[in-house]
Amino acid sequence: MHKHRKQFHKVLVIGSGPIVIGQAAEFDYAGTQACMTLKEEGIEIVLVNNNPATIMTDEEIVDHVYFEPLEVDSITKIIEKERPDGLLATLGGQTGLNLALDLDKAGVLEKYQVTLLGTPISSIQQGEDRELFKKLMMEIGEPVPDSITTGDGSEAIAFAQTIGFPVIVRPAFTLGGSGGGKAESVEELMEIVQRGVKESPIGQVLIDKSLLGWKEIEYEVMRDHEGNSIIVCNMENIDPMGVHTGDSIVVAPSQTLNDREYQMLRTVSLKVIRALNIVGGCNIQFALHPDGEEYSIIEVNPRVSRSSALASKATGYPIARIATKLALGYSLYEIQNPIIPHTFASFEPTLDYIVVKFPRWPFDKFPYINRTLGTQMKATGEVMTMDRTFEGAFLKAIRALEIGKAGLIDEATHFIPMKELEEMIQQADDRRIFFIAEAFRRGASVQQIHRLSKIHPFFLTKLQAMVQLELTLLDKSLWSSVKENIEQLRYVKQKGVSDQIIAKSLGISTYELWQIYQEHQILPSYKSVDTCAGEFEAKTPYFYSTRLGTDDEAALVGKKIAVIGSGPIRIGQGIEFDYCSVHSAITLEKEGVQSIVINNNPETVSTDYQMSSRLYMEPLTLEDVLPILVKEQVDGVIYQVGGQTSLKLAKQLADYVPLLGTSIKTIDKMEDREQFNHFLSEAGIIPIKGEIIWSMEQVEHAVEKIGYPFLIRPSYVIGGQWMRIIQNQQQLTIYLQQLQLSLTNRSFYPLLIDQYIGGKEVEVDAISDGIDWIIPAIVEHVEQAGVHSGDSTAVLPPFSLTEQEKLGVIKTAEKVLAHGNFVGLVNIQMIIEQNQIYVLEVNPRASRTVPVISKVTGIPMIAIATKVQLGQSLATMNYPLGYIGENPFYTVKAPVFSSQKLPGMVKELGPEMTSTGEMMALGFTLDEALAKVSPSRDKKKLTIQEETQTNTAYLTPRTLREYRAALQRGEGQYEYRN
Amino acid sequence: MKGYLLLETGEWFEGKWFGAEVESIGEVVFQTGMTGYQEVLTDPSYAGQIVNFTYPLIGNYGINGVDDQSIRPHVLGVIVAELCSEPSHSQYRLTFEQVLEKYQIPGLAGIDTRELTKIIRKHGTVKGVISKTLDHPIRSMDSSSKPSLVNPMNRENVIADMTLVETVSTANPIYYPGDGPHVVVMDYGYKYSIIDALRSLGCAVTVVPFDFTAEQVFKLNPDGILFSNGPGDPKDLIHLSHQVKMMASAYPSLGICLGHQVLGLAFGADTEKLLFGHRGVNHPVLNIETNQVWITSQNHGYIVKEESLKGTDFQVTHINVNDRSVEGMKHLYLPIQSVQFHPEAHPGPVEAFEIFVDFVEQCGMSRNSRTSCSSKGVKQYAQTS
Repeated sequence: MHKHRKQFHKVLVIGSGPIVIGQAAEFDYAGTQACMTLKEEGIEIVLVNNNPATIMTDEEIVDHVYFEPLEVDSITKIIEKERPDGLLATLGGQTGLNLALDLDKAGVLEKYQVTLLGTPISSIQQGEDRELFKKLMMEIGEPVPDSITTGDGSEAIAFAQTIGFPVIVRPAFTLGGSGGGKAESVEELMEIVQRGVKESPIGQVLIDKSLLGWKEIEYEVMRDHEGNSIIVCNMENIDPMGVHTGDSIVVAPSQTLNDREYQMLRTVSLKVIRALNIVGGCNIQFALHPDGEEYSIIEVNPRVSRSSALASKATGYPIARIATKLALGYSLYEIQNPIIPHTFASFEPTLDYIVVKFPRWPFDKFPYINRTLGTQMKATGEVMTMDRTFEGAFLKAIRALEIGKAGLIDEATHFIPMKELEEMIQQADDRRIFFIAEAFRRGASVQQIHRLSKIHPFFLTKLQAMVQLELTLLDKSLWSSVKENIEQLRYVKQKGVSDQIIAKSLGISTYELWQIYQEHQILPSYKSVDTCAGEFEAKTPYFYSTRLGTDDEAALVGKKIAVIGSGPIRIGQGIEFDYCSVHSAITLEKEGVQSIVINNNPETVSTDYQMSSRLYMEPLTLEDVLPILVKEQVDGVIYQVGGQTSLKLAKQLADYVPLLGTSIKTIDKMEDREQFNHFLSEAGIIPIKGEIIWSMEQVEHAVEKIGYPFLIRPSYVIGGQWMRIIQNQQQLTIYLQQLQLSLTNRSFYPLLIDQYIGGKEVEVDAISDGIDWIIPAIVEHVEQAGVHSGDSTAVLPPFSLTEQEKLGVIKTAEKVLAHGNFVGLVNIQMIIEQNQIYVLEVNPRASRTVPVISKVTGIPMIAIATKVQLGQSLATMNYPLGYIGENPFYTVKAPVFSSQKLPGMVKELGPEMTSTGEMMALGFTLDEALAKVSPSRDKKKLTIQEETQTNTAYLTPRTLREYRAALQRGEGQYEYRN
Repeated sequence: MKGYLLLETGEWFEGKWFGAEVESIGEVVFQTGMTGYQEVLTDPSYAGQIVNFTYPLIGNYGINGVDDQSIRPHVLGVIVAELCSEPSHSQYRLTFEQVLEKYQIPGLAGIDTRELTKIIRKHGTVKGVISKTLDHPIRSMDSSSKPSLVNPMNRENVIADMTLVETVSTANPIYYPGDGPHVVVMDYGYKYSIIDALRSLGCAVTVVPFDFTAEQVFKLNPDGILFSNGPGDPKDLIHLSHQVKMMASAYPSLGICLGHQVLGLAFGADTEKLLFGHRGVNHPVLNIETNQVWITSQNHGYIVKEESLKGTDFQVTHINVNDRSVEGMKHLYLPIQSVQFHPEAHPGPVEAFEIFVDFVEQCGMSRNSRTSCSSKGVKQYAQTS
């Protein structure tokens, strides 16, 4: 059957690079699946991706990995060197796709005889170029919104005046609609067009008729070279047209379409994918008139996208894997369905549950930036939850977001005047669902809210009932006695209500509630995701909880360990922790222990059910995780790899299940300022002057004692949230006001105030088994202390430390390790000032730098740490103990920012992290490595030619000074552009 | 009100009663579509069956005035996880529950429909009763000796399989005008969408009772004959085989679902029951001549046995990608095509519509040839073979 298929021997895969808003972890998931599939086919893989925190860049996954800039020049050089015969570019997001177009345009593909796999260039152009796409749609008779593509402002105004305001503006060829927006007036239009033209790599914007209020429906389609096509799933945005799909709350499958409408859009999807001649995956977005069968095709992505990652996780159908096979020339009906034996990829998944995707926005960190949602995506990540009821899935999503909410009613909104509330419901920002809940609490009708929000009454009716139930529960008189209300309790749990609310309602603790649940067997059951609604026997190790019915599978047999993931990607907690979770799960398997991964981020590799013995897609809260651990009767929990999320959860879990690795007592010791200082003194390290503040009066006292400048932050925070350097009284007053504002009615105490030391910042990551330790590297930050480590440019080996200082760093780290009783990973942050080494923080968990260090030192830190936590000693492993020494080359890890996507965001670097991703580069000299991540991309400016030639460049203070100065001016941020 | 679904296999489920307050007994089948519950409800092929919807939210967009597939619902009962009592859709007229009440059909909500599906998958044919009490004779039977149970169950069944087609077939011919070829639809339980499909291609259509003889049909002067879908075992209609063969030999013919099986039997092939049927809108069918795959709408418990086609003049044209079962066949010399799936869709994908286009084209050719010369030759073949 495959005699016409071209055999590829070596394929170049282009990754999507650093994480930015609009292009996130979904491409590591897609890329990893693609590479694993190529490997299965016996194809040699060359990968270019400068994002170190990815699984796909692991040497176990690919044969040759290049951490080089994603640019035509560098990729041409790689092609020249590696001579691949195929190029896979449709799995690296917009970045990969644009590079393929550029490489083709530059004649590189032709010159080196590289065949583009899958969807041909002409189709990509037709899908991406708005004018070509519009023309094609007109040819096949499919409606697209009335629109023009232009680079000219006056043309834009003339058009808008003919079709009428508001109009939607989108720059051509950009990520996540970057630079676009809705224009209500000529002035607004001018502004957005100017911005959009600048954003677009081809200097053009698309202006189209606003379809505000229409339903927004997406279809994920696959097609093989023979023209066979299938729909993987459809999705419906709860937020209708007007809000970017990446910022919309989405359900799968659609809930408000009847079969006629569903099939109408399905048929059009197949027609479009055929007309575009796509081979692989494709995403089609429709606007559907709320009252009828009128529709318009909004957008086509001729590649794997964020939505396809979501669709894969929502259905269990591995889109990227199948797309890769299709690109290699397979037909859908030849590819085995990996989920159901004896069936094939050419079928359409059918769900017997409902999926909710909820975006995670960065506004909790940056409350001062514009929260309004529109055509430009602002979310940094998302959660996905499943249940057999809408209520269950939706409320799980709210819990999974980790935004401090357990339900819909938010006391903070009680005092908002009705008129203001209505405006905010109409306008749409990240809090809209809670504003709607508040309006329902005040007795608003579904029609009223529908008029304002245009959200379909189906969803509003559900939300109204959910609010009603919450209100009933808040009225504590509901329960005469718990015992008489077991049935009621069961019902409330079926409606997805959080234990937080139920416990409050009953006036008992969640611990007591858990005992009632156990006594009366009010526990969730776990159903599997099998793509076929139970029609065939499938053994997918992928589960979600529901409150009705029985378990699909019994508990795993044998030794099993749970790995707690890191939840949605947010600034300060990114893809690096997913990398760590995956490695932990893989190591468990290798050690003969079954791994149970619990997470809820649909974009990532850890939620690929192939990566663990079992995957549970659930919120990372006590109430959602504990029943899984009890059901599976786990032998232990690994909490060190999921960032602050898993660490926080571990503290709650400690009362119920055995935790592996460093004890909670030790964690507390590291986090509690007083205990920490005591610990340092014991270890013979001078602590930094600092105070814990519990009240306003104490603030003054502490400031007197420590003096300006000082570092201030609330205790237990992620990514340096609300951490500031305070120079004077005025700054302090403003800070405290802002903090109070953001937390509304919650108390922000305790606050930590530390003496600010502006020296060189150094980081050490180590693995300890309680007796021995391994220190694979010392990392030095380019920026001075005070800039959040996540926003710093990190270099290893250190570039400016003397041998003495390095020795001091190692000695200090060893003091910490020797006194800490750590089992597993430890991250130690230090400052060197005037020959004095201070220890800023000790984090007894995996840190952001772990993937980078693992990759460049060849020490698989997570694997070793996991083995240590299983009880193995470092001495029995074949790794050198202690500090292993320096690499003979430089590695630079630099932050990448998405501030363009978040208008109003401060560009200055400070103690609060603002970057969304990172990139890595290697070089024999520091200059060479720095140039690859340099903001200006103008290598001459940074490299001092003579010094490079004399091979002393790594010490060029000028380069570093210039670089550092640029960063301090706020220009130094590498803005991601396509 | 509480209600129970009791299965002959011994399992039972407790749920919340909705719809008519009457008990119901029948074969429990699962349907895996995520949309299209109204079409399923009114598809006559589901006569005699209690339908378990695997999608957990049913009734979201209500029941409209355009998507019914026949004059009334034919299911014996409905099992859902959650019933939507406040539907919203611009075309919505009645709620799901109102329709059930109107037609005296019981339903149960709050059932773990996935678990029920798995039970059906395991046992194949499972009979069950929607009952107000747990105390029902179906439960007293020993599930370990299942084969012996089948007979008592059948006796209890108020609508015996033998009569299923009869209960849903029209009593009198119905004529739909059109300018194009005239198609006679043998009504074994046809769906309105079949008529819609034919009429959208310009056909005039006469729907006739299932037991119309060839002679009766020939008198209508058709250009083609469509053997429709319908409920139950095709062998219930085996006594009509001779008539079916005469008709199909005389005119371009299309068989759909039960009609496909009936054609197979008429030409000497055999049919058998699947362990559990294909009921859903996501079944892949491979055209073995072109390598094209269609995702199709299906609803059947029986199939034409592939090996039984040997020695007949039929060859397989389509197979199911997953279980390789026969999904379509055509006659080597005569213009007869039949398919196991539903090219008329509703519910489900419409991509197999081509089947109708080809059929109507054949009918058109037959019409032209008959107006220009005699169709005697074709009829002679029918009588001799």
